[in-house]
Amino acid sequence: MILNREARQGLTLISPTLVYALLLLAAPLLTVVTFSFWTQDYLDIDTTITLNNYREAWTQPIYRTLIFRSLWVSLVVTLVTVILAFPIAYYLSFHVTRRKALWLFLITIPFWTSYLLRVFLWKVILGYNGVLNSALTGLGIIDEPLTFLLYNVNAVVITLAHAWAPFAILPIFVALEKIDRSLLEAAEDLGDGAVRRFFRVTLPLAMPGVIASTLIVLIPTVGDFVTPRLVGGTDGLMISNMIQIQFGKANNAPLGAALAVSSMVIVSSISLVIFLVGKKFGGRVQ
Amino acid sequence: MSEKPIIELRDVVKTFGTVKALNGINANIREGEFFSLLGPSGCGKTTLLRMIAGFEDPSGGEILIDGKSMRGIPANRRPTNMVFQSYAIFPHLSVAENVAYGLKRKKLPKTEVTDEVNKALSMVDLSGYGGRAAHELSGGQRQRVALARALVMRPKVVLLDEPLSALDKKLREQMQVELRQLQQSIGITFILVTHDQEEALIMSDRIAVMFEGNIAQIDSPEGLYRHPVSKRVASFIGVMNFLDARATGQNDAGVSLDIPALGKVTVPASHVPDGLDANSVESVGVRPEMLTILFDERDTAEAVAKGVVTSTSYYGDMTYYSVALNGMKAPVTLSMRNTAGRSVLPAGSEVRVGWGAESIVLFE
Repeated sequence: MILNREARQGLTLISPTLVYALLLLAAPLLTVVTFSFWTQDYLDIDTTITLNNYREAWTQPIYRTLIFRSLWVSLVVTLVTVILAFPIAYYLSFHVTRRKALWLFLITIPFWTSYLLRVFLWKVILGYNGVLNSALTGLGIIDEPLTFLLYNVNAVVITLAHAWAPFAILPIFVALEKIDRSLLEAAEDLGDGAVRRFFRVTLPLAMPGVIASTLIVLIPTVGDFVTPRLVGGTDGLMISNMIQIQFGKANNAPLGAALAVSSMVIVSSISLVIFLVGKKFGGRVQ
Repeated sequence: MSEKPIIELRDVVKTFGTVKALNGINANIREGEFFSLLGPSGCGKTTLLRMIAGFEDPSGGEILIDGKSMRGIPANRRPTNMVFQSYAIFPHLSVAENVAYGLKRKKLPKTEVTDEVNKALSMVDLSGYGGRAAHELSGGQRQRVALARALVMRPKVVLLDEPLSALDKKLREQMQVELRQLQQSIGITFILVTHDQEEALIMSDRIAVMFEGNIAQIDSPEGLYRHPVSKRVASFIGVMNFLDARATGQNDAGVSLDIPALGKVTVPASHVPDGLDANSVESVGVRPEMLTILFDERDTAEAVAKGVVTSTSYYGDMTYYSVALNGMKAPVTLSMRNTAGRSVLPAGSEVRVGWGAESIVLFE
């Protein structure tokens, strides 16, 4: 194959990334998809193509419950995170005039400790003898430690929202920074008060950032398994925990693969819908 | 145009921290006039406009619009609308939605909004552009949308913040004429901020020349050009030659001067500013077009000076000559129309320069 100089240059530039992507993303993905059509036969794998794993994944109530819970948790986490992130991004963009870089730097503080440590931190705060319960009993507000704090879905939501907040703040901040301030003055000049101006100009123009934040938080949280495992208890388990069990203790990799592919398809579809809705909504924003 | 002021500025002061942007501005802007704030960048003209619009609060003094004090009244409740320098067209809305933006709050029936929008768009020659997206428009079209968006609100005053500075020369000149005609036909007061003296002269009924937070002079374009009150105003508006001069007498007939470059002259009293102390006159000004090269030996003028051409600039319709008069080192600039059969004189030519007493501007 004869390539012109430019094409060769381009290919050379992307080849390390390409090799990396093929080896570590495409190949494992393909393996997982292939596995999902096979059957586990004790220690062997029966390589006859079958849809049985998918039938089981989509009909067994336990799996359906887990995938719905995963989606529900990630939707709540996304909603909470984006709603909490917006005011912070807004404040940063519109009210911080000096040392913006320092503020951005401070927002990344949660990244300075490992994810695992941050999850444990919430365990310490929310636990039966945790910081929150001790403080409340110490102050005499409650007689017995609260038990609804840890080992349930609430704990999962709180922990995930905290972990993903910076990821949600930054895209919204960037979108807000890009808004020409004279547009806000124009809206005011044409009769809008602060609230109307926000809903007619600021929010529509910040929409691309909001959509980006939504996707950035939603997609990884559906598949999170560390947080539900550590703070979710039995009620807070999510689909990823089941996938992990299938690949590990249950020794049924094909079923695990089918569950993984199923949830991947669902998340992709939801993301696509959000993306398209966002594009329609903010389509004319250049 | 009436004499009734639509905007009254009373001792308007603005300070940013320790920097004084405006030091006590007093001016009345009449209803229906095209008023320009002209000055170099940093003179406070934009700050003054933004205070009239309500985007900045005065640090002192008062602004009245139509007789009502604007103290504490935010921009969204003032009877003014602004055309921004960047036009500020909402990128997420169509042209029609942009123009209708301010009408939404007036709770008009839908058909009436559509009518108003169409009327405003046809006023700025953009009929049929309503469905376009903002990014499909050229610079000139954006400017027109911004204008339509302001006019549709039927404001008492339209504020224009250097609206033509982003356009290329040809389009800018065309828009200057169009804006002026539009303003005259609808009769709304326009206040224009500009640093382009030519633009201000072409478009305005009256101009306020501003330097460093003060108004130096308010006058009609002709008044400003013919009778600038200071050397600074004179050199900011057009080209002015400054010549050393000494007063030799002052009486009812006028002021007698000795101008080494031109000769002795008596400036008639009608051209002497009121209250001028002749003894304080140190220099006079004369515009390039007020000096004439007498090409033919038989040509005569009220007064004649002799000089040598030191350089020329050819502009097509005009030629600008630098001429050293009566052995003076610093040459004066004079402009001559290039009529048929008149060739450009080469440098070094000896010329006779005609001038008149009425073209002399006195400065203290």
